Amino acid sequence: MGLIEKVFSLLGPAIHTDWGVHPADRKRPAADSPVRGLPLPERLHVPLQQHIGAAARPIMLVGQTVLKGQLIAEAQGATSAAVHAPTSGIVTAIGDISAPHPSGLSFSAVTIESDGADRWADTGASVDPFSLPPQEIARRVAAAGVVGLGGATFPSALKLGLGLRAKIHTLILNGGECEPYLSCDDRLMRDCATEIVDGIRIMLHATGATRALVGIEDNKPEAIASMTAAAHDFPDIKVRSVPARYPMGSEKHLFSELTGQEVPADGRTTDLGALVHNVGTAWAVHEALRQGRPLVERLVTLNGGALERPGNIRVPIGTLVEDVLAFAGLRSEPARLVMGGPMMGNRLPHARVPVVKGTSGILALTAAEAASLEPGPCIRCSTCVRACPVGLLPLEMSARIGVDDLNGAVALGLKDCIACGCCSYVCPSRIPLVHYFNHAKGELAAQGRAQLRNEAAKRLAAARIERLAREAQEKTAAAARRKAERAAQKAAEKAAAEAAQQAAQPAAEETTT
Amino acid sequence: MIAAILSVTLLGIALGFALGFAARKFAVETDARVAEIGAMMPGTNCGQCGYPGCPGAAAAIAAGEATVTVCPPGGKALATALAAKLGIAADLSGVSDEGPKIATIAEEICIGCCRCIKECPTDAIVGAAKQIHAVMREACTGCGNCVDRCPTEAVKMEPVPVTLQHWVWPKPQAKVEQAWA
Amino acid sequence: MSEFLILLVTTALVNNVVLIKFLGLCPFMGVSKSVDSALGMGMATTFVITLASAATWMLEHWLLIPLELGYLRILTFILVIAATVQFVELVVKKTSPDLYQALGIYLPLITTNCAVLGIALLNVQEKSGFVWSLLSGFGSAFGFTLVLLIFAGLRERLALARVPAAFAGAPIGFVLASLLALAFMGFSGLNFK
Repeated sequence: MGLIEKVFSLLGPAIHTDWGVHPADRKRPAADSPVRGLPLPERLHVPLQQHIGAAARPIMLVGQTVLKGQLIAEAQGATSAAVHAPTSGIVTAIGDISAPHPSGLSFSAVTIESDGADRWADTGASVDPFSLPPQEIARRVAAAGVVGLGGATFPSALKLGLGLRAKIHTLILNGGECEPYLSCDDRLMRDCATEIVDGIRIMLHATGATRALVGIEDNKPEAIASMTAAAHDFPDIKVRSVPARYPMGSEKHLFSELTGQEVPADGRTTDLGALVHNVGTAWAVHEALRQGRPLVERLVTLNGGALERPGNIRVPIGTLVEDVLAFAGLRSEPARLVMGGPMMGNRLPHARVPVVKGTSGILALTAAEAASLEPGPCIRCSTCVRACPVGLLPLEMSARIGVDDLNGAVALGLKDCIACGCCSYVCPSRIPLVHYFNHAKGELAAQGRAQLRNEAAKRLAAARIERLAREAQEKTAAAARRKAERAAQKAAEKAAAEAAQQAAQPAAEETTT
Repeated sequence: MIAAILSVTLLGIALGFALGFAARKFAVETDARVAEIGAMMPGTNCGQCGYPGCPGAAAAIAAGEATVTVCPPGGKALATALAAKLGIAADLSGVSDEGPKIATIAEEICIGCCRCIKECPTDAIVGAAKQIHAVMREACTGCGNCVDRCPTEAVKMEPVPVTLQHWVWPKPQAKVEQAWA
Repeated sequence: MSEFLILLVTTALVNNVVLIKFLGLCPFMGVSKSVDSALGMGMATTFVITLASAATWMLEHWLLIPLELGYLRILTFILVIAATVQFVELVVKKTSPDLYQALGIYLPLITTNCAVLGIALLNVQEKSGFVWSLLSGFGSAFGFTLVLLIFAGLRERLALARVPAAFAGAPIGFVLASLLALAFMGFSGLNFK
């Protein structure tokens, strides 16, 4: 900490209350149109990596028949999630497909050709989840391949298990949905409030938390009403309206808004006894426990000016984005395809990528909406500083990253950046600030990997040197042993020869005399 | 005249003695940084830098004879770490940014001669006489020592493919910067 | 007492050795890339200048004047300064190898830093007493360190700025130095009465 910072820190902690931005939400009319189902596509490409952590390992062979909900790839390692067949049919290929990722790189997926029957596998007898021990609930959630549906796709069972290890008293349900355009959580809360509340109760049972707070932004009054009605009979579940502001859906910010406590920079909400789950995850937990149904489809918002019929649709995991777009109808060729929200979503390289568990929305934006303008020089207006929800200095960090001074950026708190995109949104010079931070974070991660690799190489080299030394030693030892053996043999031979000679000598003497 | 010669001579002798005493008092036996830099190097002694192994390169870097970018297997990460250690600005333009490479063995050409195995500083090649050899990807540092040893040119250096987990957002290239640079 | 204070302020700010007298520009441009090495350079130079001021005063008054060897002044002064610098180099190498590496060639070049010889010669010219010489040497060196630190801090910021290619590097550094010199000219308005 420099001298100037020290002087300022004497004035007390900086209170930063007007964080975030208020973009036009553009959620309606998509949010108000009823949910539709997608006609079953002919082919589904189910990726093996739809979560944070190690990719799942396929357990199917090409040509094998699968039923809807049947396990096709099992979790590999601690941080991983199982993958299930989204429909019944035949596995026709296990190979690469483009990932819904701006890089356009590919990842492994299981291709299933639908037989049209959409027949469920035997989901087992339903049991009362409240009669099960918490560990069993976490196990069943893991078996159903449930991951966080808010977008981070962290395996949910791990989070529930965390609740058992750390002392959790509050369960926070994230119904913020602060990203513009998206309304899938809104729609889910309006239509399936009872199921969500049931899921929340199961999660309360699984974590041992005593209360659940559902935070919903106040721009979704219908969802608040329906959730309040559904939670009416359960006093431990409270539905709270929070002001609409981006990024209210960030775990730490929603937690602060609901509890008034602030999460430390290098801590998590679990350190303060709270676990945050998305409302969609609560629904998936309900489906997994009550129906025995794994996560094979999800509600996806289709929105954007280039679409004929925007709205929310139920999409089987693995459906190609182009099939979904064809269903919604394109009014014009979209200037940009985005998976997720416009602030944090991934720009898609093309439409031949599959829908994954974390897909909250598919946006087909017109050129006017995508508006990619040329960046100008920084005018040091500090609008980004006021907008940053974590209280960082985006302009300073990006200047350092601009000259490859990554350590300088880290010293300014780069690792606390949540990549929400507020800074880029408000920048009057249209500088792609968050792009700089994503680049720097990736570069730092790459350096970390290189460092680990270097250390591993050093260990291997040391092991080799040790091995060579040991081998040389063994060789000399063996040589010495052989030499000793030879010497012993020689000595024995010599002794034998001498003995023979001595034995022969008297005889010789006798002959001479 | 004599006074001038005498005074300058005496001054020189006096200062010389003082410095000689100081040099003995503040003598630096070994450069402590050589050991510290050596600990940062990969330690594989692959010899790509042109110095006799990693300790040699560490001594050269400490003496300022070699740049911090001298170690190809260490790459950018090592160069920045060394520059931070020495408190100098690293010129990273010379570091190839095409990404790491690792050795691969063409199985159809390999005759199982075991020559590459002896050369590998990290024991990353497995195999036995008259058996096809293979490279363990995780252990290979990409030093390339094995390439020249292969009598059938079965060993090739291949770039490590970029995966989703390893992909890094490219640095934004503003038009403004191009106009100003 | 107050006149010693005035002496310090005058030598450090009003007659700043770098920005007003334009002495010692070589390390000013050379070792101002980072605040840390600038601080090290400043401290080394302060030590050398203060010590050289005392040593040259003794040389002047005990050797050169009694023996009427004024024409040997520059020669003997340089001899003493070079010896002091060598001593500093030995100490820095022993105590902080990293700083030694960072200062590089600029450390032995303190010998030829015109600020060092300049201050010693100015002290002779002004016919000042021993304590006065010592303090004026220290004050000047403090001013040198101060300006070096300010300039290094500014250049650390400058490294982040987008500079037109024709100005990148040393040119914009000189522009910055001239602005800083202008700012220091403001101190000449200080009135001590």
